[in-house]
Amino acid sequence: MAKTVFLPEENLDAWIKAMAAERRVMAPVRDHEAVVYAQVNDASAVELDTQATESPKKAIFPQTETLLSFKRMKTAESPDALDIEIRESIEAEPTVVFGARPCGVRGFAMFDRVYDNKRITDPYYKARRDSTHFVTIGCDKPMNACFCHWVDSGPTDDDGTDVLLVPVEGGYAARAVTDEGKKLLDLAETTTRKGVKAEADAVAKQALEAMSEAPDLSDVPAKIMDAFDDLDFWSEMTAACVSCGACTYLCPTCYCFNITDEAAGLSGKRIRTWDNCMNHNYTQEASGHNPRPTKAHRMRNRVGHKFGYYPDLHDGTILCCGCGRCIARCPNSVDIRRIVMRVKER
Amino acid sequence: MSKLDTLKEQIQEALPDLDFVVAWERGFDPAHATPYHIKEEADLDRMVLDATCAHNLASFLTGFKGKKVGVVVKGCDSRTVVQLMQEKLIDREAVTVFGVPCRGVLDKAKLRRAVDLSRVESLEADETTVRLSANGEEQELPREELVADKCITCRYPNPLEFDHMAGKPLEPVGDEATQCARIEAFEEKPVQERFEFWVGEMDRCIRCYACRNACPLCVCRDHCIGDSRDPHWVSQETDIRNKWMFQLIHASHLAGRCTECGECERACPMDIPVLMFKKKLSSAVKELFNYESGVDPAAIPPLFTFQIDEETINERGW
Repeated sequence: MAKTVFLPEENLDAWIKAMAAERRVMAPVRDHEAVVYAQVNDASAVELDTQATESPKKAIFPQTETLLSFKRMKTAESPDALDIEIRESIEAEPTVVFGARPCGVRGFAMFDRVYDNKRITDPYYKARRDSTHFVTIGCDKPMNACFCHWVDSGPTDDDGTDVLLVPVEGGYAARAVTDEGKKLLDLAETTTRKGVKAEADAVAKQALEAMSEAPDLSDVPAKIMDAFDDLDFWSEMTAACVSCGACTYLCPTCYCFNITDEAAGLSGKRIRTWDNCMNHNYTQEASGHNPRPTKAHRMRNRVGHKFGYYPDLHDGTILCCGCGRCIARCPNSVDIRRIVMRVKER
Repeated sequence: MSKLDTLKEQIQEALPDLDFVVAWERGFDPAHATPYHIKEEADLDRMVLDATCAHNLASFLTGFKGKKVGVVVKGCDSRTVVQLMQEKLIDREAVTVFGVPCRGVLDKAKLRRAVDLSRVESLEADETTVRLSANGEEQELPREELVADKCITCRYPNPLEFDHMAGKPLEPVGDEATQCARIEAFEEKPVQERFEFWVGEMDRCIRCYACRNACPLCVCRDHCIGDSRDPHWVSQETDIRNKWMFQLIHASHLAGRCTECGECERACPMDIPVLMFKKKLSSAVKELFNYESGVDPAAIPPLFTFQIDEETINERGW
């Protein structure tokens, strides 16, 4: 394991500038009442002491992405037919996501199993995944909606991270987790401070201890199947839900997308946009039939996918990183932890 | 007897004849309430009634067709009930309305500015003061500083439509003029500045449609122009143009219908002040038709009818 060094707070700015000189740096910045990920060139606008409102997933999986553009043309040879010209576009700018929390970064581990595996590789995803690296900030104190420790993670988890920073007195304990992380950390002016690793370990321990005991969720996939036909149960669980997409769009692990052609006249583009399983459109069939006609059906799928079907397909890995955005930012405070526990205790 | 106890008693009495009553229970922390259904007496124990009960529970009513339900409403929420009656979107006979007078609900953006809202350990609010502890820090703040803008200028603290009322009626605190102050101040700014403001605000919209889905009068539900591919009013792109287009259509569809309950703005996970659009249209409707939505069950909303000569529009007098 790489050595833990000390990064003084005042050296952050120079480090971000050095990284931004060669690549896109995306970091959480304040945007009125919200904190969003945006490109930065220095530390001036970067907000690190709170969890960003949105997750960092758009760095690799943008909400709207152009897969290809097309143009229909008439030719003199066959004026009754339209020829088509297609241009594929893969954008993968070298990027560093700076200042995300371990939960948000860990979301990509769940994406990888779907978009980059032995059977299928999504070239658009893969190109950006390979060109994006993460400088992550561990958490020193949980928030009320946090539950990363429920899903095999923790406040200073380095899964998927290239450099892990842990807040300590006067700055950060910094550790390169990957080779690319080492190159990034070499751009920073760090010092060796005696005992900084122990300081970081103490912060991690304290953060984890501040979280209440995590339940064992290993029986949940089977329990979800048991509850599948109990629509009254799912209706009760969705009494507060308005079936919007705040939870899925803010979620670091929700990876569903929609593909549409947006054309004007003879030219247009094929775009991929985030989809949302809480929307009735998600399963609307061309015939008019919708197999998930109510929010109860949709919530059953959302919770089932995250805590049952996905783990069954992926060695028990839960499709949730415990960031709590779906709870804290839900218009009506629907709490997925409560639903999972009700399934478990049902 | 407290307002909550009175309300519990009223619900308990009515419950045998109802499928359920929509009320609030404690959410995931002391700063949040969450809507729930009271189906049996035992569920009453979980009910809360305080300044965190911000949601307009009447929003759920159009989804309960064929059921006999009860709903707890504050003054502002009762205007939704009235408007739904006016539009014949609910069967009033099938709804039992439990009214509660209200001194204003807490605004999450204001709370977030004042305290660490992500780490609230306790919260108690009385008529004038909010006492809360967040991230280990105890604070006592005037309620007025933390309530939603709509509450500061509230003209309808008491439900206008109800079957049962819990608690004594309260004095209104605002008038039409103060309610429009936010819009008027904004309109005085140069057009470029206003344009840039909205470009900046809409930029962070994630198009989750929380504003639409939380809106009690957005009743197209599964046939929204925002989702429709044919006709293709808006594309699926998340650019400002499409997001803005949706907001303007949403607001236009609410002209003369919106009761300014503010659910659209409250629901927005990105805290975009989308109520401003509706407020503007409400004041336009007031000016054009001298009409206020959701206050008179017998009134016909101005855009649901027409007059040969509108009382307040000088059409042929030039």
